[in-house]
Amino acid sequence: MKTPISELTNKGDKPTRHGFGEGVLEAAKKNQKVVGVGADITGSVKMNLFADAFPKRFYSLGIAEQNCMGVAAGLAQEGKVPVFSTYGVFSAMRTTDFVRISVCYNALHVVIGGAHAGISVGPDGATHQALEDIAIMRSLPNMTVVSPCDATQAKIATEKAINALSGPVYIRFGREAVPDFTSEDLPFDFNQAQLFRHGNDLTIIATGHMTWEAMKAAQKLSKQGMEARVINLHTIKPIDKETIRQAALETGAIVTIEEHQVHGGMGSAVAEVVVKEHPVPMEMLGMPDCFGESGQPDELLEKYGMSAKKIEEAAQLILTRKRDKI
Amino acid sequence: MKLDKTEDLKVKACEIRKDVVRSLGIAGSGHLGGSLSTADIFTALYFNVLNHNPQNPSWPERDRLILSIGHVAPVYYTALAHAGYFPKDELKTLRKLGSRLQGHPGREHGLPGIELSAGSLGQGLSVAVGRAIAGKADNRSWTVFCINGDGELQEGSIWEAAMSAGHYKLDNLVVIVDRNRVQIDGKTETVMRIEPLADKWKAFNWNVIECNGHNFDELIPALNKARDFKGKPSVVIANTIMGKGIPEIEGDYTWHGKPPKPGQVDEFLRIIDKNG
Ligand SMILES: [Mg+2]
Repeated sequence: MKTPISELTNKGDKPTRHGFGEGVLEAAKKNQKVVGVGADITGSVKMNLFADAFPKRFYSLGIAEQNCMGVAAGLAQEGKVPVFSTYGVFSAMRTTDFVRISVCYNALHVVIGGAHAGISVGPDGATHQALEDIAIMRSLPNMTVVSPCDATQAKIATEKAINALSGPVYIRFGREAVPDFTSEDLPFDFNQAQLFRHGNDLTIIATGHMTWEAMKAAQKLSKQGMEARVINLHTIKPIDKETIRQAALETGAIVTIEEHQVHGGMGSAVAEVVVKEHPVPMEMLGMPDCFGESGQPDELLEKYGMSAKKIEEAAQLILTRKRDKI
Repeated sequence: MKLDKTEDLKVKACEIRKDVVRSLGIAGSGHLGGSLSTADIFTALYFNVLNHNPQNPSWPERDRLILSIGHVAPVYYTALAHAGYFPKDELKTLRKLGSRLQGHPGREHGLPGIELSAGSLGQGLSVAVGRAIAGKADNRSWTVFCINGDGELQEGSIWEAAMSAGHYKLDNLVVIVDRNRVQIDGKTETVMRIEPLADKWKAFNWNVIECNGHNFDELIPALNKARDFKGKPSVVIANTIMGKGIPEIEGDYTWHGKPPKPGQVDEFLRIIDKNG
């Protein structure tokens, strides 16, 4: 699983939601039991690929997300494999009690898509930027939380989540076209974080769109004589404790970055492992406990501290902390 | 065990009411009022209307009974035990640590016959819609029954689900509303008016049947008519009385969420016998 950086080159920008849509379609071609549930924004969340190919297996339920989630639970109880996707602000938050009781407490295999995750949604502003979904979904018993790093990985993870996992799954992805840099051949295992770059001075753990930023930052740091290990934490729950423990042990400093609130998200999940397994200094990058706003994706990521440049700054800081043992 | 005679159903309902009182007395907490208002509905379903097999709870051809109002678990468990899903003796463990009889139904605890872990109001109907959609998609002949409370109909999600069932013409779905006219805070029409109730369901493209929820000669034909109705989902608005069977507490909303006190159990059992 040790992928040298040279293999991770951008094949061209592509939104991760396209990867999700393609993954659903592939899963549905192989598995007759796959059905779709829609809450009006079918094209936007790319469920249209499935709905067009299998119109009889797609149930439009209108702008009624709670009902969509309950219906998905009922479909799952009858042996169907339902995929319900809408914007993450709705699929993870409007429906939370339905996810908790009807889906998770009943331990049903419902695949929940969280579209338009992160602040890179851009001009739509705070109402439509899902920034708390990881924290909420990962706190629910039985839930798997997946956050692929690019469109290729979104496709693979989605297909596997539908046809190879059991139980509830939340998979988040973004709106904007972002570098598509992983290969279809890259082994993908929900239980195994991916090592994208070797390095022993510090570790950068990233998820979603931020993994590419982490790779860019690592290259810049390398030119300054600092070798950063980069881990793509595509699955936040269950979390790959061993890879994190090893990173803490071998590099002694960890920076996390995610398009999500710093409170309760992927960085918090990593910290929960680190404090127990091998405490080392950590810096967590993400939304600083505030709502987003309208703007271009790159402007917003810069303003709120989720970019390669911010990772470099955090790396400098954490190396000082590591050296001074603070 | 199907009971065809009204007299036999009445006897069974009386036994179920008494076991509800006993188990709640031992538990020391739980919901007596709604358990008694739905006791005849559960009796009608498990001893006459439902196609089911207590020896094989997951029999694929069974009718699905979804209990959305999980707080009436005591009567649900009692009906299941009397129908033969598990030993009646286990009713004594209601709400105790390690029991399969959770305060609200939880499938992960393994009690046979539980179709859905539920209790957060307003969710069961959506799940029932999902199951009915699946049944139609696969041309299955079973029916989904869903028991809802009247206060529960104040949840907005109920009407999302109702709209979708009407849209998809789910005539394999029957909702039973326990219309006991009260909820924890008082009368439903004071807490938040739900009338005109039949008109609401009609407006959502449902077939509406109203009946006395304590009279088997009305209730069972109503449930069967609802099951047989084609082209629309059906709702049976069963007019009931909270605490039914114990005149001393009938219609009193303060009995929504409390059990009999230890000293009241024997008295309540005698009263139920006298009125049964
Ligand atoms: Mg009521």
